[in-house]
Amino acid sequence: MTRTIRIECLRYHPETDAEPRLQAYEVPFTDDMSVLQGLQYIKDHLDGSLTFRWSCRMAICGSCGQMVNGVPRLGCETFLREFWPGTVRVEPLEHFPIVRDLAIDQSDFLAKLESVKPYLVQKAPPAGENTNLQAPEEMQAYYRYSKCINYLLCYAACPQYGLNPAFTGPAALTLLHRYNADSRDAGRAQRMPVVNQEDGVWGCTLVGYCSEVCPKDVDPARAVNQNKVNSTLDYFKHFLFPRAKEKS
Amino acid sequence: MAGWWKRHPYYLWYMLREASCVFITAYALILLWGLRRLAQGEGPFEDWLESLGTPGSLAFHALALPVVLYHAWTWFKVMPKTLPDTRLPAAAIVAGGVAASAACSAALLVAVWWFGLWSVP
Repeated sequence: MTRTIRIECLRYHPETDAEPRLQAYEVPFTDDMSVLQGLQYIKDHLDGSLTFRWSCRMAICGSCGQMVNGVPRLGCETFLREFWPGTVRVEPLEHFPIVRDLAIDQSDFLAKLESVKPYLVQKAPPAGENTNLQAPEEMQAYYRYSKCINYLLCYAACPQYGLNPAFTGPAALTLLHRYNADSRDAGRAQRMPVVNQEDGVWGCTLVGYCSEVCPKDVDPARAVNQNKVNSTLDYFKHFLFPRAKEKS
Repeated sequence: MAGWWKRHPYYLWYMLREASCVFITAYALILLWGLRRLAQGEGPFEDWLESLGTPGSLAFHALALPVVLYHAWTWFKVMPKTLPDTRLPAAAIVAGGVAASAACSAALLVAVWWFGLWSVP
């Protein structure tokens, strides 16, 4: 059965518009149509100038993160039927500059991601071996956090990032923890300065909404707050043994 | 960002959690004041006990009790996020914390009640 729903999209072209505005579209939809498909309908049939990002349309790539009625969600796994007969308001993710319409500029996050060295800093294998083996329990220590693929919904959910854009933020700190918690990694000493700084884990006040909106159940708030303990231990270690050599 | 905490109920509950510490502090100060009055002797302590029964004090305590209970609940609710990774499910950690807190409070109440009975001349 086809019904019609009103989708309000935030429109903004920074080069020509003084400020963002909402534009409404009447979109026919079926029960199996997502918000992303609603946007695609608009682009194909009503207004080809609407700009938004998407790729996999199956909650894998994270391109279609948007504010849907004020909540950060993936457009592809949010269904229009949930909002009918009401209106769906689609806006770009909070706290990021707008490139155009629903597409945001992720540069700030990407710089932060780079700063946490989100890769294995290779540890020398044990003597006589040429690879670092890993037990299933060792993998469990980081597996959950490795599922983070930067949808950025957590940043849109984080008021601390909104108030202080210098805060490293949930996803970057989660990926930092993911590599620090990996038994094959030797990069901890290089990453701890990012953890310890005022805008590292201490910028978090445990609002916890980042973990609520994460579509992959990564629990970034947990990764960040575990590192408050690590940061405290690191502080006391340096306080008690200032000349101790950093163990990786 | 002005008024950001009004955008979603989740933020409002967070702000309430943070604001609840004001009541906890006030309650702690009242207790500390009582301790000081106790150190000053029986008369001052009796005065302090009497001041607890005034309408203003009763109104404060009636408001502080639910706020402190909410604070305690949120404290245990975020507990799984602050502990190192364990195999325990988050719900079990929260439930365990709340149960332990309730048991301690009940034990304290019983102890005070029993001590009160025992100390009556």
